[in-house]
Amino acid sequence: MKTSFELNGKNVSVDTPEDATLLWTLRERLKLTGTKFGCGIAACGACTVHLDGTAVRSCSMPMAAVAGKQVTTIEGLSENNDHPLQVAFQDEQVPQCGYCQSGQIMQAATLLTSNSSPSREEIVSHMNGNLCRCGTYNRIIKAITKAAEEGQS
Amino acid sequence: MMKNKQRGMSRRQFLATTGGATFFIGGYCLLPGCTTDSGAEAKEVLKKEVNVWVKLASDNQVIIYTPAAEMGQGSMTSVPLILAEEMDADWSKVKILSSPVEAETYGVGWYPGGNKNMTTAGSRTIRSYYQLMRETGAQIRASLLQNAAEKWQVSVEELTTKPGFVIHEASDSSMSFGEIAEFGNFESLPDMAGVKLKDPKDFKLVGKVLPRYDIPSKTNGSATYGMDVHLPGMLYGFISRSPVHGAKPELTNEEEIKNMDGVVSIVTLDHGVGVVCQSVEAGLKAKRQMKINWGESLMQSHNSEEDMNAYTTDGASETKHEGDVAGALKNVAKVHEAIFTNKYVYHAQMEPLNAVVSVAADKQSAEVWIGSQAPDGAKSAVAQTLGIDENKITVNQLFLGGGFGRRTLPGYAAECAALAKSVDKPVKLIWKREDDVSYGAFRPQVKHFFKAGLDKDGKIISWDHTAVGPGGGLSNGGASVAHYDIPNVRFMRKDVDHGIRTKHWRAVGHGPHKYAVETFIDQLARANNKDPYLYRLEMMQSNERVRKVLERAAEMSNWDPTPKDGRAMGIAFADRDSFSCGVAEISLNRDTGVIRVHKYWCAVDAGVIVQPDNAVAQVEGAVNMGISSTLKEQIDVKDGKVVQSNFHDYPILRMSEAPESIEVALIDSDESPEGIGEAGLPAVGGAIASAFAALTGKHLYDMPFTPDKVLAVLNS
Ligand code: FES
Ligand code: FES
Repeated sequence: MKTSFELNGKNVSVDTPEDATLLWTLRERLKLTGTKFGCGIAACGACTVHLDGTAVRSCSMPMAAVAGKQVTTIEGLSENNDHPLQVAFQDEQVPQCGYCQSGQIMQAATLLTSNSSPSREEIVSHMNGNLCRCGTYNRIIKAITKAAEEGQS
Repeated sequence: MMKNKQRGMSRRQFLATTGGATFFIGGYCLLPGCTTDSGAEAKEVLKKEVNVWVKLASDNQVIIYTPAAEMGQGSMTSVPLILAEEMDADWSKVKILSSPVEAETYGVGWYPGGNKNMTTAGSRTIRSYYQLMRETGAQIRASLLQNAAEKWQVSVEELTTKPGFVIHEASDSSMSFGEIAEFGNFESLPDMAGVKLKDPKDFKLVGKVLPRYDIPSKTNGSATYGMDVHLPGMLYGFISRSPVHGAKPELTNEEEIKNMDGVVSIVTLDHGVGVVCQSVEAGLKAKRQMKINWGESLMQSHNSEEDMNAYTTDGASETKHEGDVAGALKNVAKVHEAIFTNKYVYHAQMEPLNAVVSVAADKQSAEVWIGSQAPDGAKSAVAQTLGIDENKITVNQLFLGGGFGRRTLPGYAAECAALAKSVDKPVKLIWKREDDVSYGAFRPQVKHFFKAGLDKDGKIISWDHTAVGPGGGLSNGGASVAHYDIPNVRFMRKDVDHGIRTKHWRAVGHGPHKYAVETFIDQLARANNKDPYLYRLEMMQSNERVRKVLERAAEMSNWDPTPKDGRAMGIAFADRDSFSCGVAEISLNRDTGVIRVHKYWCAVDAGVIVQPDNAVAQVEGAVNMGISSTLKEQIDVKDGKVVQSNFHDYPILRMSEAPESIEVALIDSDESPEGIGEAGLPAVGGAIASAFAALTGKHLYDMPFTPDKVLAVLNS
């Protein structure tokens, strides 16, 4: 099955089995491995990408649902690792093992597009589906708050 | 005296040929923009090997090889940082590469005379490498001075260094390390006897707040984990493993599977059946369709809850006895007894296990890509699986998406080798999350039996603790009251074999044992109407170092034993080589049974701290993981099968459940460095249980404190 869509600003067309998901297509066919496999059942958020600007779990997104849409992965979030969230996550030294962090950043990015100064509660409720086993939650909240503030100034 | 120079690493040892392709190792590229150290790029820039740890480039780059697995704990930065400190390297010019997996060269013995190994576990990395990295760095600095002295024809005594340069003050001259690399002779490094280490007061890197080396690559998706490796022609492996550990498989529909689209090979293993397929999708499908009859095994009769209920102390044996517990009990004013239990816990590292193995066409050598806490162990396991010598195996260490003890087991490397051997292409083995849970290796369940004898003032005179459960030595760690002044102490242990795999889990036995030990001490304090903080402090009179940790935690939390506005504080102490004291402030929803930790304070004495901000981050993470395991995590076994399968039924802590603040205090210390990755965890269970007792007057005897259990305790 062939699926065409826009990936990080470029048109791509990819051949997959019928039952392929966006996650494994990104990772194994298009070699964009920043999007991570954590659970495969939309229960951890490690695989979060943007589909037409909305944060979705790519592990549970069939390729058919991607046709003609715009997909952004962590690799396409910024050119130079300088999206305000990427900068803030570095400044706050958020990642530990780092495996959940692409998903955290992609999830957070959609919050900041709709809410330029989210409260702590708004951050937590937006981010609550993204697990971090290393327990970096407190720093994630700090980094998102900081990125929002930077955007304000 | 000691000569640190280790030679004999030939270029050939950095090469391995597999399937017609040549891969360069000696630092698999983990980071963006980092070229592998192949020599291909070294046309203009000269890179000179100083010793096995360091290469100096004529453009002033300093390449340092790091021996430790980077699984989030930060030692990828801190080990080279120690070397760079003594070498006086310019940190901005340092490039860090994973060292080759050669335990004889890069490993350390954990005990005097112990075998050299490259295992990253037990919060041991800094402890194990601190002195070696200091000496190595100092020796390299001495060699740079010597080379510069010869060049300038001056005496070494006239020279000194500033980061990245050798300086001759008298003539106002300087020479960069890169310049020295061009002409320097590093064939024999100066004898350590004549080499001085820095006075820690002069440290410029150690103990300073510096960013971690790996972090930028972890914000743009470029950090490479085992799961991310791609090789030309690579196939995908999946395995159906025994639902009851130890059961042997018999695949009953082999023909059907073989004929499925994309299936390349089927491999029957002792503990499961593997498929090698052209795509992930084909592999997942084939795994789903396999029909397997499983044999009998010891574990099939294991039911975790019932079995634990039936544990008794009968037949337990003594592991430690100081004083005379039985004798002391005859003369005490009161005797208290209690039983605590803790359930099996799963690692839940965010990256499910995986590996990539490429076996050469002649099957006489292989290359492995893996994120492993024991890459040397993985190397042996692959060699054994392939029936070839270890020195024919090249292992590339990648980032680990969490380890917590699970990635010290080499089984997943061996599995991948077995699959790769069956085909003529490289194979990436992927564990589904469900595999990772059901074929997990768990922190053991333990039943703790306590008996304490107290004098009329409530002081503990005699302490008797028996731990029963599977896991052998894993269940002993942390069963200690060594830092309390208790004259008569006995520990007993009974190992029960259920056929279940158990494994070190962040802080090993200290998580469960410190919960039980500290909660019992808390009960004794409350039973004698004492403030649980002061009660502990009184028992620490002979140990100033631990007392300070306790005092610091009380001070920073504004310790108050009296509940206020529906909130209460609880306290616990833990020794996990490092010393820590945690204070939790909780509230309780009495309708749902949900405990909420609002604030947490943790004071830690881990000796010298190499990277303070990272140390704080490690404690924050350990506290969150501790809360997760204390309030939520439980693996049940029914008829030998693990009941849970993924995050929907094995929930771990979410952001909304993390404390609103975690405050960490690192005690200033010149003592030799201890671990920091685990230190914050063991006190969490006791601190929460203590706060619960303050709030409700009731005690929590079974960890995790899930809402159903909390409600049952409230209604009791
Ligand atoms: S891998 Fe998609 S949510 Fe976990
Ligand atoms: S940083 Fe390791 S899981 Fe989040």
